[in-house]
Amino acid sequence: MIQPTKGLTGISIRELWSFRDLIIILAGRDVKLRYKQTALGVVWVIMQPVIASLIFAVIFGLFAKLPSDGSPYLLFAFCGMLAWGLFSAAVQRGGASLVENASLVSKTYFPRIIIPLSSTLSALIDFCVSLAIMIVFMLVYQVTPTWRLVTLPLFVFLAMLAAAGASLWLTALNVYYRDFMYALPFILQVWMYATPVAYATSMIPEAYRVWFSLNPMVGIVEGFRWALLGESSVTVSMLVASTLVSGFVFIGGLIFFRRFERGFADTI
Amino acid sequence: MSETAIKISHLGKSYNLSHAGAPVRYKTIQEELLRFPKKVWQTMRPGANLQRETFWALDDVSFDVNEGEVLGVIGRNGAGKSTLLKILARITEPTTGRVELFGRVGVLLEVATGFHWELSGRENIFLRGAILGMTRREIEKKFDEIVDFAEMEKFLDTPVKRYSSGMYVRLAFAVAAHLEPEILLVDEVLAVGDLKFQQKCIGKMGEVARSGRTVLFVSHQMAFVENLCTRTVLLDGGRVKALGPTHEIVSMYMQQAHDEPVVFDLASRKDRQGNGLFRFERVWLEDQDNKVVNHFKVGDRSVSIKTAVAPHSAETVEGTAALVINDVSGYRLMTLRSEDKDDLIHADGPSEISFKLDRIHLMPGTYYCNLYFGRWGGNEPYDFVENALALRIEPGDFHEIGKMLPPQPEKFIVNFDITCQPSESAQP
Repeated sequence: MIQPTKGLTGISIRELWSFRDLIIILAGRDVKLRYKQTALGVVWVIMQPVIASLIFAVIFGLFAKLPSDGSPYLLFAFCGMLAWGLFSAAVQRGGASLVENASLVSKTYFPRIIIPLSSTLSALIDFCVSLAIMIVFMLVYQVTPTWRLVTLPLFVFLAMLAAAGASLWLTALNVYYRDFMYALPFILQVWMYATPVAYATSMIPEAYRVWFSLNPMVGIVEGFRWALLGESSVTVSMLVASTLVSGFVFIGGLIFFRRFERGFADTI
Repeated sequence: MSETAIKISHLGKSYNLSHAGAPVRYKTIQEELLRFPKKVWQTMRPGANLQRETFWALDDVSFDVNEGEVLGVIGRNGAGKSTLLKILARITEPTTGRVELFGRVGVLLEVATGFHWELSGRENIFLRGAILGMTRREIEKKFDEIVDFAEMEKFLDTPVKRYSSGMYVRLAFAVAAHLEPEILLVDEVLAVGDLKFQQKCIGKMGEVARSGRTVLFVSHQMAFVENLCTRTVLLDGGRVKALGPTHEIVSMYMQQAHDEPVVFDLASRKDRQGNGLFRFERVWLEDQDNKVVNHFKVGDRSVSIKTAVAPHSAETVEGTAALVINDVSGYRLMTLRSEDKDDLIHADGPSEISFKLDRIHLMPGTYYCNLYFGRWGGNEPYDFVENALALRIEPGDFHEIGKMLPPQPEKFIVNFDITCQPSESAQP
């Protein structure tokens, strides 16, 4: 049955489930394509966070002597990059996904939401590689993980939730306003400095922390450190804020996406 | 009567037009901000709503398609054929009305349907299947059959970007037709493949229909439509103009050409072969007084099929020109080839090639002509356009006795004398 949709409509979970293979194939395709015809391939995934953390460790740790909640600065910064890298890669891919797949959108039918979701998911593969590097670093610095490690998937899930939410907004907007394609790297850069990737939350004056933790990535990055390094200035209220804001962004993104979905094929 | 597979009722699709008549494209925020004061002003003015121009690509379209039927959809460019298919394929939403589809829909819209350039043929088959909502296991079951039909085992692991356009269509068609949709939508894709593959596709579509599934077939090539479809719907300006048995609808569509320009535009045709040194731009019919007409009659004398060609390089091009006349089912009836008469055709700049026919010996009906211009003494086309022209032959007074020759199932007529006389000499 095809007829004009009006107002808000739900997302059929059952329909999404029937397309589960497509989500996996699309995500796999994204990963495959990224390293096709690259000479270094997966090395790129490793290099970026490692070099960024080295720079942070030298400038902020060695020269500026910022505190790192008791962990070696390199480890501290890399752990931040691990969480941030997952989020920013997921948002970047998700945000550009609809326009990149314009030929699919204008030529075939399937629930459109699969496109940003699978692009977002594909960032998890890169994350696994980075996580392996993190483990190597932890071995080098002889940091033994505690029982808290088992909570890591929870933080990964939160990061994906926030990223998927942001992607849904961005990718739908991108269809109508190509500005967002250009604005995205800039937005992400600003966002990174608003997130304790290179510095610790403990440096933020108490009075501002409430506002600070409205950025969902604050709780997530500090949560990563808490789970992996055991040392972190994470608080329960920070985590609650992260969860609420991520959930809110995600649900808002879903509604927004559904609202604009019907015009995609005519506009893209 | 068999059961209904597609039920379309009062379907409409409108686009808002911007000034130039193009649908609204994506915009930048800057544009939007600049336009904002103007918008406010416009909405505040009385009668503002009348200013917005709406274009109805489809307007109150209703019809049913039966299960196991191959329904042709024809009409001029912009008649709404593709929009209709896009709505049925759920790619775009209708503005009004509704459609009920009974079964899984397989879609083949144009050529580039959902393939990814960088991926191999094998990966694309799985991607495409998943888009149609199949699970990995279902696709695996069909995999060999698809590869077999597309005739491309060797290229399975080659990225699709290195495929020729023919291979591309073969794969696309093979996937769409084998993934067992209950309803198959096909939009003008066969034009690209070679003749053998076209025939194979038509066979496959017929087979799909015989197995109780439904095919909706959009094409500009009346030969295919007449060959394949039992019923046909004619769209005109977004509305259903007629729906009925294919031969009636097709001849109505050709008849419609009475009031229309009778020059067939070839410049915009993309499904052509050749090196492009020279290209056919237009083709039309002229009667013995050099007047442009849109059909010939049986027995017409000294008529010509003329075509305008344009060079795409500075040199003079010479070679052989040919016109092939096929019947509705693509069966080749005759070829007029300049080389056979040792006529070398020179084309120096934009020119007109004329194929002059002494007399029309074809019986009433529609015939399809291919145009060829290529190197002398070899099969190397500068340009080759299949079905460039639908040649309509109307009944005529072939024997010049003041009486129309009655329509016959035969294709040809010649001058003849049938006599009887008393035998003069003795027995042989």
